[in-house]
Amino acid sequence: MRMESARFKQASVVALHDMNLRTALARSRDGFIGGRQRAIDQVPEFEQLREDAKRIKDHVLENLDHYLMRYEEAVTASGGHVHFARDADEARAIVLDICRQANAKTITKGKSMVSEEIGLNDALTGAGMEVVETDLGEYIIQLAGETPSHIVGPALHKTREQVTELFAAHHRLPPKETVATLVAEARSTLRDKFFRADVGITGANFLIAETGSSLIVTNEGNGDLTQTLSRVHIVTSGVERVLPNLDDVAVFLRLLARSATGQDTETYTTLSTGPRHVGDPDGPEAYHVVLVDNGRSKMLGGEFRDMLRCIRCGACLNHCPVYGSIGGHAYGWVYPGPMGSVLTPLMQGLDGAYDLPNACTLNGRCQSVCPVKIPLPQMLRELRHMQHRARLAPVAQHYALAIWRYVAAHPKLYHFGNACAARVLALLGGRRKRIGTLPFARSWTSVRDLPAPQGRTFMEQWPRREKS
Amino acid sequence: MNGSGRDARDAIFENIRSSLRRDALDTVAAAALDLRIAHAPRHTRPALRDDLVTQLVEKFQARGGSVASLARLDELPAMVSSYLAENDLPGRIALAEPLSGLAWPAHIERRSDAAGRGDLVAVSVCIMGIAETGSLLFCSGPDSPTTHNFVPDHHIVVLRRGDIVRHLEDAWAQLRQRDGGMPRAVNIVSGPSRTGDIEQTIQLGAHGPRRVHVLMCD
Repeated sequence: MRMESARFKQASVVALHDMNLRTALARSRDGFIGGRQRAIDQVPEFEQLREDAKRIKDHVLENLDHYLMRYEEAVTASGGHVHFARDADEARAIVLDICRQANAKTITKGKSMVSEEIGLNDALTGAGMEVVETDLGEYIIQLAGETPSHIVGPALHKTREQVTELFAAHHRLPPKETVATLVAEARSTLRDKFFRADVGITGANFLIAETGSSLIVTNEGNGDLTQTLSRVHIVTSGVERVLPNLDDVAVFLRLLARSATGQDTETYTTLSTGPRHVGDPDGPEAYHVVLVDNGRSKMLGGEFRDMLRCIRCGACLNHCPVYGSIGGHAYGWVYPGPMGSVLTPLMQGLDGAYDLPNACTLNGRCQSVCPVKIPLPQMLRELRHMQHRARLAPVAQHYALAIWRYVAAHPKLYHFGNACAARVLALLGGRRKRIGTLPFARSWTSVRDLPAPQGRTFMEQWPRREKS
Repeated sequence: MNGSGRDARDAIFENIRSSLRRDALDTVAAAALDLRIAHAPRHTRPALRDDLVTQLVEKFQARGGSVASLARLDELPAMVSSYLAENDLPGRIALAEPLSGLAWPAHIERRSDAAGRGDLVAVSVCIMGIAETGSLLFCSGPDSPTTHNFVPDHHIVVLRRGDIVRHLEDAWAQLRQRDGGMPRAVNIVSGPSRTGDIEQTIQLGAHGPRRVHVLMCD
């Protein structure tokens, strides 16, 4: 999909004034945060599980080539095919080729963030194929012609009334008002697509070297109908998703459901290994895995390696005050929130996503809830350093920082400047001791007064107090 | 894999190794990792109560599943018959092959191949219950078509109390001992299908079964 992260500021302003969005965001935030807390309160071992998961992932990343190789061998041994794609273009071409070979007309899809990352839907529909998203949230935004606003709940920005209108317009059926009737209508509409599909595409939460399996978790069962009822099953996944052994997967399943949706487990956990066996009454005839690099192998080498531990649970989004105010679309690409503010600049370039690392308040909640302990604030700070070094910051900001750095490194000059500012601001504050408008700080003073200082700095007052 | 596919693969492995600042692992290091693939160290497992049956039942019911007891397996046809009557369902079931030898009444039409659009009820045997998460585990194959777990509205599942394991790791251990290696699909089912995608309101019966009914027997 096209990246529009450069419009972050404008998009944020629009989002802040969208009352539907604010209602939807407040509701989902409360649901996610409370749900996660209740779920982990019941597992005293949660902190140990986080440590285990971090240790497992670090070990895998340190040996990623070997585990990937063994995973590939295991998939091949089970009768499946593994394809490697360096970037989004290659990944799209591979999937398109498989679909053409299968003479595909209808393609169903389970939720896959990697398929969003590589812009798969446009490529397939561009080639004349019908692509149907089957996760209810993904289906809603597909009808709306939008992109996901949340990596777990793609349509959380939509209110029920908006879904009613969308369904009525697209299904040509009488409008349904309740959640139950809306879900029932989606179920019956998509049922037909599942049975008609030639190819089913899903993501993978994990890949397992021991067995050559891909694993998905869903609550709806859409991923399972997608892969069971089509002739060809294609899995799209990042190269970093491999784990050595099934026992390792258990640790991550315990963390994922609780962190993502506040449940002990998602409803369906499915391990898929190769195509239909001889004698099997159902299942796909062919099984393909497309492993996408798209910047991941490069990330492995630098200070952003920890980001490859991410299991896409969305907890950092749910706990981010910035995401909670503006929602996912303002971030302008596939991955929003804290994890997206790290991934987007790394995958799409530092310059096009300049505002994302800078929008962070560095409050640290994302890191404290991350099930695999990714130091997100530290990474966002590092991205700011990189932007500064690459001179991507606005020129005025670049010079202002340079001046500040010089002044801060010269205490006498710093104190003199401070003393001057304190006097000027006190004067501006007048008898009310409040400043209603201030040049260079209009975005602050346009909505609130700036309290004026007393006229003497702390450093000036301190020696006097000492004497008295 | 064609020529450019091979190129992409090699380039990715080269990039990974260059990022890791090393060449491909030597045989000693590789052998250690292969051992790690075959045997994971023991990771943290949440403490559970001793009574696995109660643990499974409570978790399963908390997720919207229903549970009843089956004194003897040969009572199954009568139980299914009254389930169909109570829920106003047609006399037609997708039936797991291992259950087809029971004395089914003539008015219930039975099939054991893949479930299709017309199938509203499936009757299955699950090979394992997992107490930790309150889940049922199915392995695809002629005795357990995957479509039976997802296509019908109602899924009636026979579970033997002795087949309940404690943790996920215990389920994996049993899978490893199966003849013929991994089945194409391992489905772990924890209650009816659900979605929270509209206003985070939990709604059962999204795409999979609206109801999953477990019949426990010894």
